[in-house]
Amino acid sequence: MRLIAEGLAGERGGEPVFSGVSFALGAGEALTITGPNGAGKSTLLRVLAGLLPAAAGAARIEGGGADWPDVAAAAHYLGHQNAMKTALTVTENLAFWRDFLGEPHCEVDEALEMVGLGDIGHLPFGYLSTGQRRRAAIARLLVSYRPVWLLDEPTAGLDKASEAQFSALMGAHLEDGGIIVAATHLPLGLAGAELRMAEGAR
Amino acid sequence: MLALYLRDIRLSTRAGGGALTGVIFFLAVIAVVPFGVGPDLALLARIGPAILWIGALLAALLGLDRLFQADREDGSLDLMLMAGARHMTAFTVFVKCLAHWTGAVLPLVVASPLLALFMNLDPVAAGATTLTLAVGTPALAFIGAAGAAVAVALPRGGVLVSVLVLPLAIPVLIFGVSASYAAVAEPDPFLPPFLILTALTLFFAVVGPAAAALALRWAGD
Repeated sequence: MRLIAEGLAGERGGEPVFSGVSFALGAGEALTITGPNGAGKSTLLRVLAGLLPAAAGAARIEGGGADWPDVAAAAHYLGHQNAMKTALTVTENLAFWRDFLGEPHCEVDEALEMVGLGDIGHLPFGYLSTGQRRRAAIARLLVSYRPVWLLDEPTAGLDKASEAQFSALMGAHLEDGGIIVAATHLPLGLAGAELRMAEGAR
Repeated sequence: MLALYLRDIRLSTRAGGGALTGVIFFLAVIAVVPFGVGPDLALLARIGPAILWIGALLAALLGLDRLFQADREDGSLDLMLMAGARHMTAFTVFVKCLAHWTGAVLPLVVASPLLALFMNLDPVAAGATTLTLAVGTPALAFIGAAGAAVAVALPRGGVLVSVLVLPLAIPVLIFGVSASYAAVAEPDPFLPPFLILTALTLFFAVVGPAAAALALRWAGD
């Protein structure tokens, strides 16, 4: 399976943010997107996820078969928000996403164990600290399977130990033949290509 | 999809969900009417079904603006839109509407026979009003979804949603009230307005979620 972007351009409020972004990622490959604030990293990820229309170009999945017809269907998107309800417990949140997203992968307890939150699944999500919330959101990537992970600043708010844990999880996903596209300011410990977006890149 | 339905119901009953807000608002509206109108029992019984319907309509609009906004703020909406290949977005909206109706509007329907006592309605009229509310209010949730989707990006879109939704809700109100009256006013037939009310609900059950899905798709930023 390959994730291919051809001549992608994105805009925000009618202003072009970036253009001419092309890449092709095969199974087991990762792409790190870096660049200053406002360079269009998040916009690029949202365009890839199909949440924003591309101003030009297109992104597609090649060889995904019937299971993964397009990027939106084949991808997990971890944005700035954690997509969790503060009034529900961590376990309830994850169990919901596991059911809703389909393709169940890890059990909820197992996923929580893997991000080091094994003993707080019963707490409402609202009681968690910033780093714990981020780890719970990362556990969402594990409870249901998607070959492509689109990560926007995935390690924001994580401590050193959790960062290492997360980079091990990403490594395991790549070994399974997954694809990762991550926008970040912090080194993620990912091998693979780097896409450097300059401010006002054309 | 059952998971989404159960999640939204759970959210409406947990802290900050506001399942009771609508009922309390409904109670407040109905409770002040007899004081405003005066102690004329015949008059109260005559305007009762209409007041109950108007109260329920306004109470049903109360929590609507949060239908998608809450999900948008915490990022859940993005994931629901991305899952469009697995769960058609219009169907996701439909399920959210059903959950909203069960959590926020069904309590109004359940409370309406009790509140009918305030309006001096006889049991037949109270039963007819409750029945028309049960059948008609889902249409309000479906129409409201379209309004809520259009206003999803606006931080204080509550009033806008109500203004957008009200014109479309008027036919529901008209046929709901006329069916309730027809049950007690002798020469009028009950069935025709009731069937039109049912048809309105079914019509908006299709059109509302489809329009809302379209609006949500283009509200992304």
